[in-house]
Amino acid sequence: MHGLSFDIAHMLAGGLVLLSFMMLYQTRLYPLINVLSAHAFVLTASVAWQAHIQHAPHLYITAAIALVFKAIIVPIALRRMVFRLGLHREIETVVSIGLTMLAGMGLVALSLEVMLPVTAQSDPVAREDIALALSVVLIGLMVMVTRRNAVSQVVGFMSLENGINLAATGARGMPLVVEISVAFSILIAFIVIGIFLFRIRERFDTVDVGVLHEFRGGRG
Amino acid sequence: MTGMIPFVPSWFDPVSAVLLVPLGASAILALLPFYRLSSGLNMLASFIALASAAMLLVQRPTGHVYLMVDDFNIVFILLNNFVSFTTSAFSASYIAHELEIGRLTPRNLRFYHAMFQLMLFGMNLALVANNIGLMWVAVELATLTTVLMVGIYRTAEALEAAWKYFILGSVGIALALFGTILVYLAARPVIGEGLDAMVWTTLIEHARGFDPSLLNIAFVFLLLGYGTKVGLAPLHAWLPDAHAEGPTPISAVLSGLLLNVALYALLRFKMLLAANPAAIAPGPLMIALGLLSLIFAAFMLYRRRDIKRFFAYSSIEHMGIIVFAFGMAGPFGNLAGLLQMTMHSLTKSAIFFTVGHVAQIKGTQRIADMGGLTTTHPVLGWLLVAGVAAIAGLPPFGVFTSEFLIVTTTFAREPLLAVLFIFGLLLSFGALLMRVTDVAFGEVKGPGPARRTRPIYR
Repeated sequence: MHGLSFDIAHMLAGGLVLLSFMMLYQTRLYPLINVLSAHAFVLTASVAWQAHIQHAPHLYITAAIALVFKAIIVPIALRRMVFRLGLHREIETVVSIGLTMLAGMGLVALSLEVMLPVTAQSDPVAREDIALALSVVLIGLMVMVTRRNAVSQVVGFMSLENGINLAATGARGMPLVVEISVAFSILIAFIVIGIFLFRIRERFDTVDVGVLHEFRGGRG
Repeated sequence: MTGMIPFVPSWFDPVSAVLLVPLGASAILALLPFYRLSSGLNMLASFIALASAAMLLVQRPTGHVYLMVDDFNIVFILLNNFVSFTTSAFSASYIAHELEIGRLTPRNLRFYHAMFQLMLFGMNLALVANNIGLMWVAVELATLTTVLMVGIYRTAEALEAAWKYFILGSVGIALALFGTILVYLAARPVIGEGLDAMVWTTLIEHARGFDPSLLNIAFVFLLLGYGTKVGLAPLHAWLPDAHAEGPTPISAVLSGLLLNVALYALLRFKMLLAANPAAIAPGPLMIALGLLSLIFAAFMLYRRRDIKRFFAYSSIEHMGIIVFAFGMAGPFGNLAGLLQMTMHSLTKSAIFFTVGHVAQIKGTQRIADMGGLTTTHPVLGWLLVAGVAAIAGLPPFGVFTSEFLIVTTTFAREPLLAVLFIFGLLLSFGALLMRVTDVAFGEVKGPGPARRTRPIYR
């Protein structure tokens, strides 16, 4: 039984990493948002599975938040935003897709190399989860760095938060305070982003962060 | 607990007051449409919070799993509430002028005052939190409220600054959370599952038995995460923009308080690492980042044209000095670090108050368009000169004492580092001297003494 529960947890965490890679090669906004949605679904499954094997019913709340908020509400809101603002559907990337994929592979290798030796004393589920979660965090960071469009930066940030949730639920018995607060702060963070996006729209008809830079002009 | 004060009722709990007063005030201020009343209420609430913080000195509650007060954070709580009180007083006169020239509307102000108190709540919570998860939530709350306030002018520059601050701040804070989770993982085998493994006082007792390699990695994440919020050199990109584009009271609070709160969080984790003999020494990492920030910011100071941006870089420089001092550690290093933090908060917030008035009088933030301030506005001009002299570390002021302590203790232990450190100090001193002579002396530029800012008491 232990073998199976470990395998499923491992598969779900691995699925998250795989979906993170899918984010790296999306060059259009709608598919990117779909991947974000799928990412959150896999996170939900992973958190629910952790709740089951750890006998920690409070984790189901985290799973529910991930499902309702991150997999459904946020992607719908983002899609509406893209539609209503009439954004360009293509995402400008800073670095070419091939290079980012290679860098992403490097990051996964790095996080496994760093995390697996130091967590040798922890139980195997937590170990794998933490290592894979770090890969998801780092890839999310890379999505944010290599995309110029504000919406795709938000997507990168959300996937980064998903990675952190994976780590938090993988750490057996981590107090509830943190999970709820994480979810809650994501909510706040998202409202903030929403407000800002609309204000950005009011001012200069674009959410391309690269364009924002021009407004700064010669100010030192 | 050192006995009760006679005139305070027994149910009064200063720790709750420090938290609940700002929280309640924030809710009330969000509903009040009268900005003049709001700014008064803002001051009053900050004053009550300050009084409660002062009460902690005589009536210290025993810690429990969520909140605690010890010798270390009591300094910060007091400083935090003191500076936010002075800032609320400055803010009252500042926003009156902003309303007059139409940069802010009464509706903006309602939001502004509510956010100000909410931010104060976040910072106080981060300081008294005994739970590393709760501390993280509080730092995040304080960050989000300041993001909203930086963007309040809604100009293109302000929005860009707020966006940049938001993105970099959230990434930093996300990394800090990852570090926090790793600390929990390190603590779990020793302390056991559940709440206890996130309580700081329990953690520090058992830190000796934690897995050192896990702690090391956790500290790297925490240093990067909270270090972003502190504004250490490679991670500082948000700081000058956020300072320059937001309202000046917010620049004062950012420099004087929020950087301190993030650094406080980092120092708590540094103490954990120091308590574990097998973990890497956090000192060298902090010394390297501190020196890098100091020297980098010192060079950058020469190229600034915007006065608030200029003092923002000076904050990066001082954060570098403080992190360096704590990296040197030892009784003198830590004392100097604490002293420098306190002095920097007080001096830098005072400078921003002055700069706020100067920028309002001159109608610009460009250093090139200011000049001859001591001729046109002698009081303001000389106050600015005094503030800059204080922040540059000239003798009669507090920063001199702490920097002197750092230099002597470094010379005794690592002479080579001391040379680099002094190089950075002299470099930034030159920049400060150059700019302050431009602004305070020299030929008169901009509007003369006819226009005055509204005093606080009106």
